[in-house]
Amino acid sequence: MTRRSDDSVARSTRRRFLQRAALGAATLGLAGCDRLSQNERVIGTLSLAETLNLRVQRFLAGARGMAPEYPASMIDAPFRPNGSTDPQASRYRELAANDFAEWRLSVDGLVETPLSLSLAELRALPARTQITRHDCVEGWSAIGQWQGPVLADLLDRAGVRDEARYVVFHCMDQLGDEDFYYESLDLAEARHPQTILAYSLNGETLPVANGAPLRLRAERQLGYKMAKYLSGITLVTDFDAIGGGRGGYWEDRGYTWYAGI
Amino acid sequence: MAAAETEACRSLPLALSGDRNVAINRSANAAPAKPRRRHPGPVRIWHWLNLWFLIVMLMSGLQIFNAHPALYWGSASDFDAPWLEMYAIRDSEGGILGQTALGPWTFDTTGVLGYSQVGERGAVRGFPAWSTLPSYQFLSMGRLWHFFFAWLFAGAGALFVLYALFSGHLKRDLWLSGPEWRGLGRDLLGHLRFRFPSGSGYNGLQKLSYLGVLLVALPLMVVTGLCMSPTFNAAAPWLLDLFGGRQSARSIHFLVAAALVLFFVVHIAMVLLSGPWRQVRDMMTGGRRETSASSQRRHDDDTA
Repeated sequence: MTRRSDDSVARSTRRRFLQRAALGAATLGLAGCDRLSQNERVIGTLSLAETLNLRVQRFLAGARGMAPEYPASMIDAPFRPNGSTDPQASRYRELAANDFAEWRLSVDGLVETPLSLSLAELRALPARTQITRHDCVEGWSAIGQWQGPVLADLLDRAGVRDEARYVVFHCMDQLGDEDFYYESLDLAEARHPQTILAYSLNGETLPVANGAPLRLRAERQLGYKMAKYLSGITLVTDFDAIGGGRGGYWEDRGYTWYAGI
Repeated sequence: MAAAETEACRSLPLALSGDRNVAINRSANAAPAKPRRRHPGPVRIWHWLNLWFLIVMLMSGLQIFNAHPALYWGSASDFDAPWLEMYAIRDSEGGILGQTALGPWTFDTTGVLGYSQVGERGAVRGFPAWSTLPSYQFLSMGRLWHFFFAWLFAGAGALFVLYALFSGHLKRDLWLSGPEWRGLGRDLLGHLRFRFPSGSGYNGLQKLSYLGVLLVALPLMVVTGLCMSPTFNAAAPWLLDLFGGRQSARSIHFLVAAALVLFFVVHIAMVLLSGPWRQVRDMMTGGRRETSASSQRRHDDDTA
C-alpha cells in the first residue's frame, strides 16, 4: 500500500516536473520570439522589407494602375466605420454643431499659392465618383461609393513646389490619447487618379462616423492611410518634425508607412 | 554537418545552370563507384530553411488573423455571416467562454480558440498565445515578420522549383510514373493500414503530396497572400477575380495554410513511423541511395 502510494507520488511528481519542463521550454521559446520582437536591430532588419514592398509593388502597379471598382449592387450600407467614430475635440464639436459651415480646408507648406477652401467651394469643384473596396489592416473589407475632388487637381491649383515630396493630412480627431490623427502620402500616390477628398459616401453627405466633413480616399492603400476629419493639407520634404516623425498616427505606433500591402 | 554544407554549397549553383548539371549527372552515372545521394544538397538546404520560414509565416500569419478572427467569401466582409469566426461569450455564471463558429455549427473552444490565457490573464483572441508571433496581440509586429519572411520563403521556393525543374529532381524523384498514378488507391489503403512501401525513392502517394505542396500549395500561398494587397490588386485585378475577391483570397490563404499544417503533421508522423533517426540524419547528411538489397536489410532491421 505504502509502496504503491510512494510510486504514485513519484509518478505524479515526475509528471508535474515534465509538464513544467515542457511549459518552461515553450515559454522560453515564446519569450525568445517576443524578445526578438522588441529588439531594435531585429525590427530594423524586418523593416527592410517595407522599401522592397514599396518599390516592387509600385513597379508592378505603375503610377496609374487602378484599384478595382465595383457595381452599385455591391455597395455595403451602412459602411463599417473604424478608428474614431465620434470625435470629442472641442473644435470639432463646435464645427459639427453648425454643420461645418465655418470649417475650411487649408492647403499650405511647399506650395506657390496656399489655399483655404470651404465645403461649398470644394463641392463646386469637378468631382470623381468611385465605388471601391476599403481594406482594413485588420483584414476585413467593405465596399462604398465615394465622391469628391481629385487631390491632384487641388495640388495643381495650389502649385506644388519642386522640393515637396510628401503630402501630410492633418485631422481633427484624437484617437485614444492627446495626439491628433495624421497621415501622409508621397506625391506619386497623392497624384493617383483615384486619390480623392471625399465629402460624400453612398450618395449622401459623409456621416460623422466615416469622417465628416471631408476624408481622404487612397484606394491602393490600407484603411489607416485614409485620414478622416480633415482640417488641412501640408506639402513637405520630410515628416521628421511632424508628430512622432514617422509620417502618421499608426506609423508612430509601429505600423509601416507603406500601406499598400 | 560540415560535410553536408560543403556538398550543398557545391551543388546549389547547379540549380541555376541546367546544362552543366546534366553534364555532371551524366558523368555521375558513368562512375558507379560514387552512388547518388538519397537527398541532393539543394533539397536538404531548402528543406531545413523552409521549415523555419514556414514556422515564422504560420505564427505571424495567425497573429495577423487574430486582428479580425473571421473569414468570408466574396469581395467584402458580410459581418453577419462569416463562414468561420472565433469570439467569446459570457456564460450564466459570468465566466467567459471561447467560441468557434464554423458554418451553422458552434463549438466551445475555451482555452484554445476565442478565449485563452496570455501569461496570467485570460484574453479574447482567435488563436492562443503559444501559436502566434509575437505571443501577445501585436498586429504591426506580426506584419513585419510576415512580410519580411514572405520574401525569403517565396525567393527560396522559386529557386527550388527552378532547381527541381532543371536538375531533373522533379522528373526523376517526384513525378509519378504511369503505374504509380494507377496505384494511388492501393497506396492510400496501404498507408491507412500503416503498411508503407519500403523501396528506394518515394512512393506514389508521397510523390503526389510533395508535388501538391511544391507546385500547388506553396505557390497558392504566395498568390492569395498578394491578392490581399490593395496595390497588388491594382497591378493584377484579374488574379483577384480568379479567386473570387479579396475576402475569398483571404479564406483560401487560411485554408491552404491549414492544409500545410496537416501535411506537416502527417509528414512528421511518417518520419516517426519509418525510422526517424535515419530519416533526419539522411535529410542532414544526404544519406545513400539504397539498392534493393540494402533496403530489404533495413526493413528487416526495423521490424526486428
